[in-house]
Amino acid sequence: MDFLIFKAPMLMVQASLDGILLGILFALIAYGMALQWGVMNIINIAQGDLVILGGYIAYTMYLAGIHPAWGVIVSPILMYFVGWGLYKLVINKVVDRDLFISILATFGIAIVFQQLMNFIFGADVVVAQSEYGTTMLFDNSVTLPNSKIFSAFVSLAYAVALVIYMKKSKLGRAIRATAQNARAAKILGVDTEKVYAATFGINAALCGIAGALISITLTLHPYVGLPYTVRSFMIVIVAGLGNLPAVAISGMGLGLFEEFADYILGTEFRIGAVFMLLVFILVYRRFKLSKKREYLK
Amino acid sequence: MGKVKQKDLILYSGLIILGLAAPYLFSAFKVQLTYLCVLIVLAMTWNLQGGEMGYNSFGNILFYGLGMYLTASVQVGMFFPLAEWTESGGEKTFVHTTAQYFQGIGVGLLVAAIIPALVAGAIGYAILGLRGHYFAICTLGLGIAAGEIAGGIEIIGAGQGFTTPPFPAEIVDPEARGKFFYFTSFIVLVLAFIFVKYIYGSRFRLILNAIRDNEDKAEAMGIQTMKYKIVGWMVSAFFCGLAGGIMGGLIGYIDSTDVAFDGREMGVFMVLMAILGGKGTLWGPIIGATLFHFFKEGLWTFILGWQYVALGVLIVVIVIYFPEGLMGWLREKYPERFGEVVDEKDRKSQVELK
Repeated sequence: MDFLIFKAPMLMVQASLDGILLGILFALIAYGMALQWGVMNIINIAQGDLVILGGYIAYTMYLAGIHPAWGVIVSPILMYFVGWGLYKLVINKVVDRDLFISILATFGIAIVFQQLMNFIFGADVVVAQSEYGTTMLFDNSVTLPNSKIFSAFVSLAYAVALVIYMKKSKLGRAIRATAQNARAAKILGVDTEKVYAATFGINAALCGIAGALISITLTLHPYVGLPYTVRSFMIVIVAGLGNLPAVAISGMGLGLFEEFADYILGTEFRIGAVFMLLVFILVYRRFKLSKKREYLK
Repeated sequence: MGKVKQKDLILYSGLIILGLAAPYLFSAFKVQLTYLCVLIVLAMTWNLQGGEMGYNSFGNILFYGLGMYLTASVQVGMFFPLAEWTESGGEKTFVHTTAQYFQGIGVGLLVAAIIPALVAGAIGYAILGLRGHYFAICTLGLGIAAGEIAGGIEIIGAGQGFTTPPFPAEIVDPEARGKFFYFTSFIVLVLAFIFVKYIYGSRFRLILNAIRDNEDKAEAMGIQTMKYKIVGWMVSAFFCGLAGGIMGGLIGYIDSTDVAFDGREMGVFMVLMAILGGKGTLWGPIIGATLFHFFKEGLWTFILGWQYVALGVLIVVIVIYFPEGLMGWLREKYPERFGEVVDEKDRKSQVELK
């Protein structure tokens, strides 16, 4: 335990800014999860591994001499097809089944992804250097990497674009219709199979964007996918499905929590704190609902 | 009924004789046999609440790891200062005598069985109120959080790990270590089997099944579901703790995320084994664990490096194509053997509604 943060107000500003910028990134991943959870009723444990894979795409570009920021355009395009392929290969067989089946199946996918990434990209922690420099605030007492600001803006831009796309386009309408009632949508001529594949592809593309941003702001490692899954799961259960402003706010809240936990408990407990927060949120919701004799559904 | 009883008797005595003779017959595979016993215990007790109660937990690894750390800590802490042991290669400075070693591990295993069960009881009320996939994800989080937190606690070795006391050097027989761990795990296996078998014949199982099939209705029938859920989880935790304690001693080294709270291996294995054999059956998890172990040991060395890929693919294939497991498949094929009567006329007359 270290309470230095409460003695130095500038550290608090630092942690808050870091947390909010990070939280926007988490919200982007969570939005993808909410989308496919709402439409296909699937909890994708491999979500985080899709993020990391997207990050490695940007990192590969960086190794090839292309600026990794281009990853935010290339990575989603490639990841869309990865997601689409994954849907055709595995996910379409678990869509109508029990949720536990989908959890276990995607858990298997997550293990395969982790290991393949370990073979291809090695087990080292890597970063793609964006060389954007840092912004100094408050007489140089708060440092803010420009890459983080860049990532927050890119996330917001993509989120807004996606919301507009979902509202206006034909596919967006079809996706929303399927989410409301898959059977009715089918009767009215929506090709739900196509919609599911597209939804999973869009989710993977969102993961790809987030991954590319993570490759320049944070670090990549083949085995750090699961925390991203848990973070997005947490954001979704707090915010609810299909409520974008709430997703953004709870994403930022999670980012703040993490940065403060990092300062107070120490970096070695950071991931532990995230997972404990998940347990606490679920238990809190459970007690709150049990007063009304209901349970989380 | 008398005939069936006799058949059972022959089966059980045969299995016990096989179990007792195994370390002498397959002398080179004692460690593998110990693993097998532990895996069966884990699968069988996971099945008790995953298969029978319908609460699919990814977090039983929590109790396994807890048992492992507790056994080692008690075994060391009873005779030597724990902090100094874990700080820098304590096994070289402090040496357990033979009596101390066995005393330590005995008490350690006892503690490793009781404390996880109590922990399960304590957190059970909060956690078991969650249902379905929320329970699964919550327990997944618990297991991983435990690993991360254990990796930050200094007194149990933190990130650099915890070396469990080495087997006493005074015993010269090189076979003794393997035999000791094998027989300990075999005793635990027999105890677990007797207990689970007893549960299968009791009202308790029916209640667990009622909870699985429809918890609301079970509650409406006046069953205090929460009480039974907690007891069911405590039973799992009890045996998971014991299994963890044995494995800690066998492996000789505890790492927070790779050995103790090893959600990526053991945590998945126990779920997979139970599903492979067939959830909600007495013999399913046992057969599943045995098959899985043979598959793993037979294939692992040939596909070195690719074993996790194979594991992941195996999970996906089993979950998608055999969600009922081996026993479920047999049951579908030979329903008479399971005491089910199928009316062909009725079956044919049924129209599939979708």
